[in-house]
Amino acid sequence: MTYLAKPKFRHPGLPKNSLGYTHRDYEGAVSTLCAGCGHDSITAAIIQACFELSIEPHRVAKISGIGCSSKTPTYFLGNSHGFNSVHGRMPSVLTGANLANRDLIYLGVSGDGDSASIGLGQFAHCLRRGVNMVYIVENNGVYGLTKGQFSATADRGSKSKRGVVNTDNSIDMVAMALQLGATFVARSFSGDKEQLVPVISAAIAHKGAAFIDVISPCVAFNNHAGSTKSFDFVREHNDAVNRLDFISSRMPIEVKYEPGSVEVVEQHDGSKLALRKLAADYDVHDRTAALGFLHQHAAKGQIVTGLLFVEKESEDLHAHLGTVDAPLNTLGERELCPGQSALDAINASLR
Amino acid sequence: MPTASNAPISSVNDFVVRFANVNGSGSASANEMFARAVMRMGIPVAPRNIFPSNIQGLPTWYEVRVSEAGHLGARGGTDLMVAMNPQTFDKDIAAIEPGGYLLYDSTKPLPPSKFRPDITVIGVPLTAICNREYTDPRQRQLFKNIIYLGVLSVLLNMDVKVLETLIGEQYKGKDKLIQPNVHALHIGRDYATLNLAPIGLQLRASDKVGDRIFIEGNSAAALGAVYGGASVCAWYPITPSSSLADAFTKHCAKLRVDPVTKKAKYAIVQAEDELASIGMVIGAGWNGARAFTATSGPGISLMQEFIGLAYFAEIPAVLFDVQRAGPSTGMPTRTQQCDVISCAYASHGDTKHVLLFPEDPAEAFDFGAEAFDLADRLQTPVFVMLDLDIGMNHRLCRPLAWDDSKKYDRGKVMTAEELEAGKEFGRYLDVDGDGIPYRTYPGTHPTKGSFFTRGTSRDRYAKYTEEGAPYVDNMQRLLRKFETAKDLVPRPLAANGAKPSKYGIIYYGSTSPAMDEAVHLIEARGHAVDRMRIRAFPFHSSVSSFVADHDFVYVVEQNRDAQMRSLIVNECGIDPVRLVPILHFDGTPITARFIARAIGDHLDQLKVTAPARTVTS
Repeated sequence: MTYLAKPKFRHPGLPKNSLGYTHRDYEGAVSTLCAGCGHDSITAAIIQACFELSIEPHRVAKISGIGCSSKTPTYFLGNSHGFNSVHGRMPSVLTGANLANRDLIYLGVSGDGDSASIGLGQFAHCLRRGVNMVYIVENNGVYGLTKGQFSATADRGSKSKRGVVNTDNSIDMVAMALQLGATFVARSFSGDKEQLVPVISAAIAHKGAAFIDVISPCVAFNNHAGSTKSFDFVREHNDAVNRLDFISSRMPIEVKYEPGSVEVVEQHDGSKLALRKLAADYDVHDRTAALGFLHQHAAKGQIVTGLLFVEKESEDLHAHLGTVDAPLNTLGERELCPGQSALDAINASLR
Repeated sequence: MPTASNAPISSVNDFVVRFANVNGSGSASANEMFARAVMRMGIPVAPRNIFPSNIQGLPTWYEVRVSEAGHLGARGGTDLMVAMNPQTFDKDIAAIEPGGYLLYDSTKPLPPSKFRPDITVIGVPLTAICNREYTDPRQRQLFKNIIYLGVLSVLLNMDVKVLETLIGEQYKGKDKLIQPNVHALHIGRDYATLNLAPIGLQLRASDKVGDRIFIEGNSAAALGAVYGGASVCAWYPITPSSSLADAFTKHCAKLRVDPVTKKAKYAIVQAEDELASIGMVIGAGWNGARAFTATSGPGISLMQEFIGLAYFAEIPAVLFDVQRAGPSTGMPTRTQQCDVISCAYASHGDTKHVLLFPEDPAEAFDFGAEAFDLADRLQTPVFVMLDLDIGMNHRLCRPLAWDDSKKYDRGKVMTAEELEAGKEFGRYLDVDGDGIPYRTYPGTHPTKGSFFTRGTSRDRYAKYTEEGAPYVDNMQRLLRKFETAKDLVPRPLAANGAKPSKYGIIYYGSTSPAMDEAVHLIEARGHAVDRMRIRAFPFHSSVSSFVADHDFVYVVEQNRDAQMRSLIVNECGIDPVRLVPILHFDGTPITARFIARAIGDHLDQLKVTAPARTVTS
């Protein structure tokens, strides 16, 4: 269907958000990915989250690397600037963009090839710096565009479409993100919109480095028996620690769940996360315990999903650097150039 | 200059002193104080640090050229060797000019075979003096440097008040250290006055320094970035560029902090590698901030992919390349001009980049600021090509100047108002015929002016396409843009010889001071030459004209492969035989003696053997 342009027609009765935008205002070009690709579901979830949050579409900057996942920013938020950069380097481009203008929302979209192999270094360092962003890895365990090679997140023992068994250990990006100091860490599944949309919303509202690993089966190369990233496998082994309801500061607050099973987490911007706890013993604010929980369940072959960690008092790179409140890209010669008088003093000190 | 081969050199305000030390022994501040004292006496001085890739223990030298005539290039040869490193003693003795002088630590007697009969040997028992005066081993080492400074001040007739003032400035804020240092200085002075005979090298107060300042190129370039409005710096440590990022940090802390909120009007990130540093610079440039990185050759190699992206996606970026000798790790602490080709054509595919070649710190400041205007105007990476010789040595240069009425040229940026008014926006649309399209900053307008930036081909409205025609259209526009750049970048500077000449010299960057001096030496051999200093790439049309106006042009550079010559041949379509390469690439700065000998010998030979040139067109 990719040869068809999206029709401009819109239903007059489409629901509008508080800014008066409809869902359509958050869409992008028609996807050129394979029919049924998990990535398209993530695109839909991003659109849904931005619509629900009433974000002005142009206040988002979408930045990606190279690969199937990195193509997706073309398919959502058509009125946002996007930057499809180079393979594995989305984090540095996003960091620079964020330094230039702290007022935009930064959505970094990457894949497991892009972030766990060639870009592992940049993935690690942007998290440890606390760049204020939402970093989504659309994780299918496979290189799609180059026709089905294993990626570094493919589980040891999983089988490729051609029948080759992966003998390398896999990288768990969620465990790494926890270890590297990301202040918001979640894992979700492209086939679980009910979980994914509020997770993305909460990550957008989070101030600091928010990382979401979204398992996203590749219908062309990694959706067969023997794969541990197929729809069937993930559905059977998904072990959600919580279900999330996101209530932005602009929404009426109605927490309609049984007290005791619900934990409400308030973020910097006043938004609230209502966590319906599924694993009674899971503490979403305990980084160390989260790592242990993750490892124990992985050993049992279970894929832990949900909001796994959120830091209550998170900070971002701008706070660490002590930068001015105004975006640096708005400063002109008046603010930036010290002028000849300061230079006279410097000259005098150099004689 | 010596009159007979063995006669002691006699010279006022024109000689070279070389200090041979051990890295990490605290000699640097004493040696630098010596150079500053000469400058404060009004005598032009050019110091050079020759240092190893090491923190402690390896040999290091500090060379100070004193030149009343104002020659600031390296001269070659040493008139007075201050030999403080036993490890290099023999080599250091061998490097002294006939009739020169040796100052050494005579605590331990050395056999006469260690010296030369044609030099004047001055022994001072420095270790013995220090052992007598101090008990702390660290003090014994540090004050030894100040004591030899005291000895030199008497031998060379330096103004002691100047030295005392410098000590006061050096330890300002750590006032307890002033008196012991002044004391050590006088220990050296007293010893010399009592025990040593005067020597032929003398300093005499002069007025040849004028209002010039004494600054390292990296520090000046960093100030240029401050004045040019850079607000984002991302870098990765690499010699010899690290001090540029350090200087930017230091200058910003003084000049760029909001006085009320105490918040920073800048962001500096030490990245995880050079790939990340250039990635951040490109991200910031895309988002409308002025951003730069500082690096050296190996960093440029690592940044290649990103540089191609910035060229093709048309994103402003400034790169300071403080060149060192390559390839590979090469000689990390030695100077060369060896990244000319790798920067001019950096990245895969068809790429060409803007390069600026400052000659000294003052121009590093000017170009350091101008690079940001050029990058914004041309929406492309701009390289400021420094080298270790300019970057890491204090150089006497004109005072830094800024025109307060100057406004930054942010280039073609379409505003929300223009978009709202219905002005047509095509990110890669050449509306003005200069090859430069309009861009918008992210977040400008809710429904207009957004576009997708990518390294893949696209049409004039930034829409993805793999069609041949729009690809070619875009690539040709990029060439048009490069044509536009020729008239925007700093023009070459030409100077005629004393007499009309058929021969020319092209040179650039740190070769400048040696060339100023070499021209006189070449003229003294009876040859007149015209010269042109290239200050930027792409070349202005006057470069082709200069070559056309001369039978031969010597292209003088500090690399093995005649990189600038290749660039001129390639870009100006010039017959290579017209360009004679003169190449110096042993890692030391090029000298006037080298240039004058190479060109002088070639011209001598031409006079005898060259057939009359037939003009065919």
